[in-house]
Amino acid sequence: MEVSSEYAVQMHGIVKRFNTFTALDGVDLDVRKQTVHAILGENGAGKTTLMNILYGLYQADEGTIHMGGKEVAITSPTEAIEHGIGMVHQHFMLVENFTVTENIILGDEVCGAAGVLDMRKAREEVMALSNEYGFDVDPDARIQDITVGMQQRVEILKALYRGAEILILDEPTAVLTPQEIDKLIEIMHDLIAKGKTIIIITHKLREIMQSADECSIIRRGVYMGTVDVKTSSETELASKMVGRNVNLTVEKTPAHPGDVVLSIRGLTVKDDRGIEQVRGLDLDVRSGEIVGIAGIDGNGQQELVDAITNLAKAESGSIKMKGKELTNTTPRNTFVSGVATIPSDRHRWGLVLPFVVSENTVLERHVDDEFGKGINLDYDKLRSYTTDLIKQFDIRPVGCEDERMSGLSGGNQQKAIIARMVSSEPELLIAFQPTRGLDVGAIEFVHKTLIAERDRGAAILLISFELDEVMDVSDTIAVIYHGQITGTFAQGTVDENKLGLLMAGGEAK
Amino acid sequence: MSKLEKFLRSRFAAALFAVLVGFVISAVVLAVAGYDPIASFAALFNGSFGKPKYISNVIIKATPILLTGVSVAFAFKTGLFNIGAEGQYILGTTLATMVGVTLNLPMPFQLPLVLLAGIVGGAALGAFVGWLKAKFGIHEVITSIMCNWIAFYFCNFIVNTKTFHKPDSSSALPVNPSSYTTILGTWKKSEAGKEFLKGIPWLREILLKTDINAGFAVAILVAVIIGFVLTRTKLGYELRAVGFNRDAARFSGIPVERNIVLSMLIAGAISGLAGALTITGIAPHTISLLAAMESYGFNGMSVAFIAGCSPIGCIPASIMFSALIYGGMSVQQSLGAPSDIINIMIGTIVFCTALPGITPVLADLVHKKREERDDARTTKNGTPLPEKEA
Repeated sequence: MEVSSEYAVQMHGIVKRFNTFTALDGVDLDVRKQTVHAILGENGAGKTTLMNILYGLYQADEGTIHMGGKEVAITSPTEAIEHGIGMVHQHFMLVENFTVTENIILGDEVCGAAGVLDMRKAREEVMALSNEYGFDVDPDARIQDITVGMQQRVEILKALYRGAEILILDEPTAVLTPQEIDKLIEIMHDLIAKGKTIIIITHKLREIMQSADECSIIRRGVYMGTVDVKTSSETELASKMVGRNVNLTVEKTPAHPGDVVLSIRGLTVKDDRGIEQVRGLDLDVRSGEIVGIAGIDGNGQQELVDAITNLAKAESGSIKMKGKELTNTTPRNTFVSGVATIPSDRHRWGLVLPFVVSENTVLERHVDDEFGKGINLDYDKLRSYTTDLIKQFDIRPVGCEDERMSGLSGGNQQKAIIARMVSSEPELLIAFQPTRGLDVGAIEFVHKTLIAERDRGAAILLISFELDEVMDVSDTIAVIYHGQITGTFAQGTVDENKLGLLMAGGEAK
Repeated sequence: MSKLEKFLRSRFAAALFAVLVGFVISAVVLAVAGYDPIASFAALFNGSFGKPKYISNVIIKATPILLTGVSVAFAFKTGLFNIGAEGQYILGTTLATMVGVTLNLPMPFQLPLVLLAGIVGGAALGAFVGWLKAKFGIHEVITSIMCNWIAFYFCNFIVNTKTFHKPDSSSALPVNPSSYTTILGTWKKSEAGKEFLKGIPWLREILLKTDINAGFAVAILVAVIIGFVLTRTKLGYELRAVGFNRDAARFSGIPVERNIVLSMLIAGAISGLAGALTITGIAPHTISLLAAMESYGFNGMSVAFIAGCSPIGCIPASIMFSALIYGGMSVQQSLGAPSDIINIMIGTIVFCTALPGITPVLADLVHKKREERDDARTTKNGTPLPEKEA
């Protein structure tokens, strides 16, 4: 495409190699001024790498960058900021116990005579900026006390404060509630109206449809083209991204629930700070059904799972697995009782990253005689067992038995965990945020597996912060708010608005 | 990947590189101080391996630091920093002495009991540190440093007790000879032995002039067993899982607290065994009043890190370390160069092993050079490399 001043940013023929691996292979990106431009691609496709090049964190091996028709060289984030580029990372870079104002001016402080910090003036400037874009943030609140959605606005303000004309948002909706996402989209349109340009990195199709004007697609480091969002569809975007036709709707037959497998009564759990997070929760999960728990992060989901898996102590109440008491025993006992859990944070709870793949696949079952008699651990057995799982669950790369787990992509790491959990044929499968950070193809796989497990007769407890996921996959939807189940619905009898309201603590009408 | 590149990415290369840098820096220091580096290194080598007697002494001195090295390496592989090998070693020597002095049984009973006493001493101290960590979350570095001093003063206390103090000396009583691991200890001093050894001068030198004992063989055996336990057993698997990711281990039902205690207990037992083997193997076969830490534990840490925390790697590392210390004395004797130069060398080597990133960087360089060469070749032939397909 021709270089022109109509474009805020034009990146042409960008090539980036890491050793022998080509992360980006001649990618083009043309972002018109005053538009929202989405970059779509699977995990590891090179979206973030491309943006890191624009932000000066990496240097491209080949290719040019033009801004407003002029060629620029960006070799550091400082230079990117000078060129009016601001980036909001997926993981916020905020000082938790600083106030909003302090965080915004950090590194670019307003100083009076003799370098004395002028907090009053700084506060005014932050207020003015916040009001201009309708951000509605309290300049004196501490970061630790405000919601994730607010924190994100602080990050955006930080970029605007540094004079950003072009905002890069990396996976901005990953942590937001549906209502917060709406507000963010509103803010984005406001920013465009006031002359800014926004680049958003995402793999969520719906948000692209709602917010973006144009969408550039990258598949495995290769530029697949740019489409006009208005004339495109979610299905078209998905198949362009993955390179094959993807089924976006979850297909399943009606559930045939059996006996109650998991029964929770009056469960109360405190978090590690001693604050009650689960407050007298009741829940039943039957075999052959998927119970999905919808809720905003921090309403007791983590503590609920911790109590079932016996990682946390229950203050009161009972957790029964087919009538057998699980409460306050050991994680081992939970597993032996037929519960397998896909954890929300796979790096923290799910995997031993420095272990090779075949060591990771037996993390509960290594004690079984199947993997060596007595003190011996039979590594040959481990390997052949893992080879089967790799084949069965399509874990890539093929032949990764002896590769370190840390070398696998996020989607394949998740597949390895699911393979490990499902292969024990659990009676209850807990899936806590099972698709977090996964791309469309991998999400499809996870959902299919959950449904297959249900059809095998397992009870499935799905806990997710993605409302769509809960609504699409579950047979029964329960809403958790403030450590209690505030509503239970059969699938199809409730809409997003009603659930969203319940999730935010509103009354069901 | 070329062979050179592969080699540079190996752990062995990192250790070798560290040793090389240590020698180069020592050479510079020696030259600046006015000594001939080449002559000094020659003296160093000669002083460690020049005579059978020297070799024997190097091996004797390598025994305790091989074991404390394995102790530190083992703990490290399970995510714990056993800075307490020193104290475990001291407690090992103390308990071994107490049992060896008190009991006087025939060798097949006496020796195992004395060794066991040392093992139990070290294991108890290690397990205590592990228990404090598992139960109360107190960092093992802090508690094991404190335990080092507890062991230190306990040793001095025992030396001064009526039961164990050897009159008119600063030592305890030596253990009974049935506890000795000295090789051919009685035979070599008998008439027949002396007569026989006259014909074989090198053997005579080793047997009569050094305390050659079975300790090193035991230490190698322990290193191999520990290596096996770590990489081939369920216990080792669990211990490493706890070491790499405590949360994931707990999540999968591995009893994390028990494994922390067990890991420190085993590490302590190995260091305690090192202490017991010193008592049974080396004259004067007893403990003495300590004025300062003897550094067997701390040198073990150096050995472990030079070996990249591989138990098997500790074997060559301990021999090298021992050779540097023992041969270093002859640098002073033959050239008058201060033996502190050896400490500088050791310091540099250990420092460089803490920089594991250096040799992979060299590997990257080699890789890049090769790529450039390949690029140059293709352009010369007029056929550019084909574009990579997705």
